[in-house]
Amino acid sequence: MRYNEIAAAMIARAKELLSDGTVNRVIGWKRGEFCYDVTPAVFETAEELEKDFVYDAFCGANVSKYLIRESEKPGKILCFLKPCDTFSFNQLLTEHRIRRENVHVIGIPCEGMADMRRIRKAGIDGVTGIREEDGGFTVETLYGEERISVYDALAERCLSCKSKRHVVYDELIGEEGEDHPDAPRFEQVAKLEEMTAEERFAFWRGELSRCIRCNACRNVCPACICENCVFDNPDSGISQKAAADTFEENMYHIIRAFHVAGRCTDCGECSRVCPENIPLHLLNRKFIKDIDELYGVYRAGEKADARNPLVDFTEADAEARVVHERGKA
Amino acid sequence: MLYLPSVKLNAFLEKTAEKRKLYVPVDEEPGKSSYRPWEPGVVVSRGLNTVRSAKDFFFPQTENLAGFRIQNKKIEVLDPRKETEDFAVFGVRACDAASFGILDKVFLSEPVDTYYKNRREHGLILTASCRRPAETCFCSVFGIDAAEPGGDVSFTDDGNGWFLASHTDKGAAFLGEVASLLEERDESGAEAAKAKTREIVARLPLSGLKTDSFGGGKTAELFDRPEWAELSEACIGCGTCTFVCPTCQCYDIRDFDTGREIRRFRCWDSCMYSDFTKMAGGNPRLTQKERFRQRFMHKLVYFPENNGGKFGCVGCGRCLRSCPIHMNIVKVMKRLSEDDNEQ
Amino acid sequence: MNSETLIPQAVVVEEIRQDTPDVKTFRILTRDGKKPFEHMPGQCAMVSIPGVGEGMFSITSSPTNAAYMEFSIKKCGHLTNWLHMLEPGMEVTIRGPYGRPFPVEDELKGRDLLFIAGGIGLAPLRSVINYVRDKRDQYGDVQIIYGARSKDDLVDYAEILDEWSVTPGFTVNLTIDREQDSWDGHVGFVPNYVKELNPDLSKTVLVCGPPIMIKFTVAGLTELGFTPEQIYTTMELRMKCGIGKCGRCNIGAKYVCKDGPVFRYDELGELPDEY
Repeated sequence: MRYNEIAAAMIARAKELLSDGTVNRVIGWKRGEFCYDVTPAVFETAEELEKDFVYDAFCGANVSKYLIRESEKPGKILCFLKPCDTFSFNQLLTEHRIRRENVHVIGIPCEGMADMRRIRKAGIDGVTGIREEDGGFTVETLYGEERISVYDALAERCLSCKSKRHVVYDELIGEEGEDHPDAPRFEQVAKLEEMTAEERFAFWRGELSRCIRCNACRNVCPACICENCVFDNPDSGISQKAAADTFEENMYHIIRAFHVAGRCTDCGECSRVCPENIPLHLLNRKFIKDIDELYGVYRAGEKADARNPLVDFTEADAEARVVHERGKA
Repeated sequence: MLYLPSVKLNAFLEKTAEKRKLYVPVDEEPGKSSYRPWEPGVVVSRGLNTVRSAKDFFFPQTENLAGFRIQNKKIEVLDPRKETEDFAVFGVRACDAASFGILDKVFLSEPVDTYYKNRREHGLILTASCRRPAETCFCSVFGIDAAEPGGDVSFTDDGNGWFLASHTDKGAAFLGEVASLLEERDESGAEAAKAKTREIVARLPLSGLKTDSFGGGKTAELFDRPEWAELSEACIGCGTCTFVCPTCQCYDIRDFDTGREIRRFRCWDSCMYSDFTKMAGGNPRLTQKERFRQRFMHKLVYFPENNGGKFGCVGCGRCLRSCPIHMNIVKVMKRLSEDDNEQ
Repeated sequence: MNSETLIPQAVVVEEIRQDTPDVKTFRILTRDGKKPFEHMPGQCAMVSIPGVGEGMFSITSSPTNAAYMEFSIKKCGHLTNWLHMLEPGMEVTIRGPYGRPFPVEDELKGRDLLFIAGGIGLAPLRSVINYVRDKRDQYGDVQIIYGARSKDDLVDYAEILDEWSVTPGFTVNLTIDREQDSWDGHVGFVPNYVKELNPDLSKTVLVCGPPIMIKFTVAGLTELGFTPEQIYTTMELRMKCGIGKCGRCNIGAKYVCKDGPVFRYDELGELPDEY
């Protein structure tokens, strides 16, 4: 199915569910000024859906975190989840942050999401329109048309997509996809592991030196669900707004990575929203890789009732010694 | 008219850097640049705008305001400032150059912020006209001319070099300094380049945005509009828009104990943050709706009300590019003035 | 004002008076024993313990007091907890004065004045009351209606009894929220007491207290026939710079630190309801 067909099916089904009273709201994506600047939005009527609802290659935003708030409201909400979004949704269910009974989930196919940053990185700017044709994208710009391959336009997280299978849904639109266990998710992590400790430290200091402490990574993260973050609490002694580019400052990201370890579903939203393009997901992927290697492959969010290995004990768990020895490598 | 051919750019930068620290936009990757100190070998970005604005040079994200040493019961108060060094920023676009005028209204009004003022006095602003504005640009909406960027010296780009014009005494003195590198060219070349920029700006998708519904005195009309709820609905309450914005100037003041002394520093803050107005006794802006409204009311109503009608936005488009959920001042303006902004 | 307005001066806490169980009054002097700076009634200053924080507080002493400056501070958060742990002789830092004062030299001149305060809300009014008391011939009659949760919570109780209530032309009406042994005065909330007392409509009103008390008091005054142009209050919002630049204490286009903290009620009425 192409995105325009999927979108038409989504709107048709949403209208049915609204009119038969199954749901009273729909969360999805709303058309913007340009072809790419969609905003997550709640729709309440068929007219609103007709006018502004959109689903295309720019709907990368993961709406599952909004359901924490939306599922507390009266009535049932319809949400459309891409395969990777369903992992976040499931993880939030595991942590009892979403009222499942107040959400009707429709799994939707995803052919990968485009990333304007990568399109701009390819030297294309002034974008006024994008058409998918001939196995790639034709980009209309203020200065003429440009071509870019799907591969070059896709978000990095989509190039290493972990699954096209939905792990939770009430119904599906389109064919169910498959897991991609061999997706090259850890290639960059492996490169970082090959570095010496000094090189790796320099790499992260360089990347994190660009951090402007906007908190977008934290606020968008479906695993960052504390009602009052330690970094916002003056009494914690580490509440900080300054971007002083000190190592203490970098601790913000390191602590956050530790805090979501075992719970991060690798949705990649942190890197998507970072205005400075810091590859924050690599911190989380390092934890995922380590957990996989030490405790067996575990995918946060895959099963709603799963216990993540970091808060579970089995006799087969790696001895602390193993972790200790590896840490010295 | 004075002209600097592209081939002499490096010589020009070298000359400029002799007497002051020089910052230029540098590509980190295609389409993404930031200001960096210039040194021989550094390649100036030809991209449109830096991710962060140029406000950092005058209002850095973090700076020390005062220091304290506490001994027994006594407090020694220290002024941490050293004399600010002279510096120049090259390649500032018209939008950012206009943002300094907005920051000046805040920091140079009484009582003057001397930290800011020192930097303004020591800074030389070398601006550049835009040859390839982006779809997210809307500076013309606020009366800013991308072809006439202002600053101390403006550089009008004709693709092969720049026509230079000074706009201040500081700029004129600087032109004298670099005169040996400049050629004399007919002014018509500069006019042609400007006309080209203006022709592109006129057909930008956002150039027709109307500001009529906004401005001083519109608080009562706009404050309770129901649209604020849906506009702010998806806002994740981060500070991205604030921190990439060339005109956002809210700050926090905090203390940091180094072990040897207390440093009182200020840092950028965002009205989008939940703790921005939080007090021991409560919070007047309890939900993201109020915080979101504050940011746009400030730029579109409160700031013009206090500053002779001047809007607190320069249309640089950074927030359009950086917002994680693509909500921004353009969408707010269009939604709140649909009658004026029918497409 | 100091040209380096964000850099404070160190001052000595000369004396600390426990006013109520959670309010202390701090007497401040420079190291050479002088008042740190001049101010007008209703103006504020930023007081800080370096390393803990800085906060905006009303200057509660009157400008006519040439000897020292005082602040009455209620313990209600991080900084105020620390301030309450200070001992005499220790230093704090101070900068100011900030804000627009009560118009004691303009609109209030020659008027009959009605002060209405609840709890710690007396602090900013105390400066005006003593100013008026020291320039007794320049103002008309003064009525003070003051209420607190209990007798123990009445700030400046000694001063009220020993000085204000015996000043010619001054009337003091005290009330506490609930019955209490050793209290034979009025019992009840301030807004109701104001209505009971039915003050003369010619008076100019200065009201300060918790937001909810101000709200009901002003509603009561309006019912009695007072107009917004007759009523002044003083606001409190989170502040950092104190000079209208850091951007957080605004109500609409007005900054409380600079355009306030004193507002006339008709001015407040033009501002959005966000305080």
